[in-house]
Amino acid sequence: MKRPLIFSLALTLLASAVLAQDEIKIGEFASLTGGSASFGQSSHKGTQLAFDEINAAGGVLGKKLKLITEDDQSQAGQPATIVRKLIAQDKVVAVLGEVASSRSLEAAPICQQSKIPMISPASTNQKVTEIGDYIFRVCFIDPFQGSVMAKFAQSKGWKKVAVLTDVKSDYSIGLAQAFKEALLKGGGTVVKESSYSTGDKDFKAQLTSIKAAKPEAIFLPGYYGEVSLIGKQARLLGIKVPLLGGDGWVGDSLLKVAGNSLDGSFFSCHFSADDKSEAVQGFVKKYKAKYNNETPDDMAALGYDSVMILAAAIKKAGTTESEKLRDAIAATKAHAGITGSITLDEKRNATKPAVILGIGGGGFQFVQTVAP
Amino acid sequence: MVDKLLEFVQQLLNGLSQGSIYALIALGYTMVFGVLRFINFAHGDVFMLGAFAGFYIGPKTLALFGTGPSYPGMFAVLVVAMVLCAIIGIVIEKLCYRPLRDRPKLTVLITAIGVSLFLENAGQLVFGANPQSFPELITDRALEIPESWGAISGLTITVSQVLVFGITLLLLFVLRYVVMKTKLGMAMRALSFNPVAASLMGINNDVIISFTFGLGSALAGAAGILISIQQPSIDPLMGVNAGLKAFVAAVLGGIGNLPGAALGGILIGLIEALVVGYISPNYRDAIVFGVLILILIVKPTGLLGTSEREKV
Repeated sequence: MKRPLIFSLALTLLASAVLAQDEIKIGEFASLTGGSASFGQSSHKGTQLAFDEINAAGGVLGKKLKLITEDDQSQAGQPATIVRKLIAQDKVVAVLGEVASSRSLEAAPICQQSKIPMISPASTNQKVTEIGDYIFRVCFIDPFQGSVMAKFAQSKGWKKVAVLTDVKSDYSIGLAQAFKEALLKGGGTVVKESSYSTGDKDFKAQLTSIKAAKPEAIFLPGYYGEVSLIGKQARLLGIKVPLLGGDGWVGDSLLKVAGNSLDGSFFSCHFSADDKSEAVQGFVKKYKAKYNNETPDDMAALGYDSVMILAAAIKKAGTTESEKLRDAIAATKAHAGITGSITLDEKRNATKPAVILGIGGGGFQFVQTVAP
Repeated sequence: MVDKLLEFVQQLLNGLSQGSIYALIALGYTMVFGVLRFINFAHGDVFMLGAFAGFYIGPKTLALFGTGPSYPGMFAVLVVAMVLCAIIGIVIEKLCYRPLRDRPKLTVLITAIGVSLFLENAGQLVFGANPQSFPELITDRALEIPESWGAISGLTITVSQVLVFGITLLLLFVLRYVVMKTKLGMAMRALSFNPVAASLMGINNDVIISFTFGLGSALAGAAGILISIQQPSIDPLMGVNAGLKAFVAAVLGGIGNLPGAALGGILIGLIEALVVGYISPNYRDAIVFGVLILILIVKPTGLLGTSEREKV
């Protein structure tokens, strides 16, 4: 039984060595259509930009990088099929994807089994990299955002804070938990905790009891759909304190629905195109030149960083052999990315700064960068 | 103490405006049940279509009445959405339920679930699955309550809350008038009492059933616009939860009974607000449905329902 296996292995190696002589194949799965298409489109554009740039500079190890992209249509079930295809048929050396944690969680076990390194650009749920030692991410994880916002609240002198959590979302619960811990540690108090479920539209009852508790700020770790309505209803009920949130706030319809009711509120995210640092401005310029003057968002920057980290690791490993490549990615230290200096910790999560944005005048403004 | 009392009254106000919406939808369930003895599960989705009708015609209609949000514009949108929903309701009945009129009630019920699923999924295909921002029909703001009124000035009552409650009340009276004082209403009541006898008396059952569907769907359309004024984010699945709650409201008040549906809707709204405000938002639905079970155990016909002998 053993001999044919070794034989076929040798044959595959030989075949891949012959085929892959002049290019290194890298797979990407992204939600290019469907419910979270705007996320997938952005991260794909950032990814593509990085590939173009690397290839224009001569590629890696003397070979061009080839990006093979598959659309998972924002649907559960698709990522598993796609990643199997990328690994088995296209013989990719690494996989990039996805933005949504739930879909990254589907693909990760397959990459882990096949020992193909996978780098997620923007899945912030803790569980993703816990799947195994071949799974990485270039974004920070949920608890980090919570503690960043708690520290920010303290720096502003808001000590009495109310928390309104979406109990149906792991993301929201994780952020709320980390926020509360950091706030208490810093001497603040949670004056009122309340909750809602994804899809709720009426929050006046929760807000009325929050108002009675007289908080100095409200932490709102949810997604933009509910947040925009909460913001609107809070202002109508006469709640004037600032609202705080995380990267779930970033969405097209946030300000469309909320109007100016979120003015004076703050949220943490990965990247801001308004950041005056040289790296960011250079990236924004290249992105605008390639994509019809479109301003890059978080997802585009993270997609770009995921490719750059992978390319740097291939260069360092000197090979695309899976084990050595994995070790090289895991050893990433102080990589100067667009979204800040990225170091991968022993749990394969990125340790990196977060950006805090403020809302006002119909748009987002860069406020500050918070180091980990 | 005054603070606590104010908070309580505020919660009641919140519940009242949400409850009015449930009441409007519940009326449609109860009317259809009254004449056809079946639950039109697609009713919640007609409510959703009402909201989307407002979404598409809103900006153009507002433009007819000057620039920006205005009350005449809002009423125009409301009326157009109601008419559109009435037509949709009548068409649904003609295409889906009328051919099955003589089949067992269960067949029609399953068909209604099918129609509901069809509308939800077609909605996602046509309107897109992402929530859309509803155009601003009126400028919503909190009413200024003069300080001289004492403690009451601490309450927040918004324009939209007053409007929703007022329009609901108005529609209830109109409905009451139509059902009790007009010939069509009398025919509806006759049909609900005994369809065979009604047709022997020269009532055209088909016309009356169409009229009932139209009336109920128009109310759902109105509810769709009113809720979107308060919560301007609409999506194709918004009718699922609201429809379910309104159905519970109709059963709570006694299905087939019009004042019962209105009362049930308001009650559900109040219970929800109080549970969220004083117990825990996580138990909101559990307690709402728990209350339903309790009331049905004590009074199986619902609060205002009258018992009816099973026809053999």
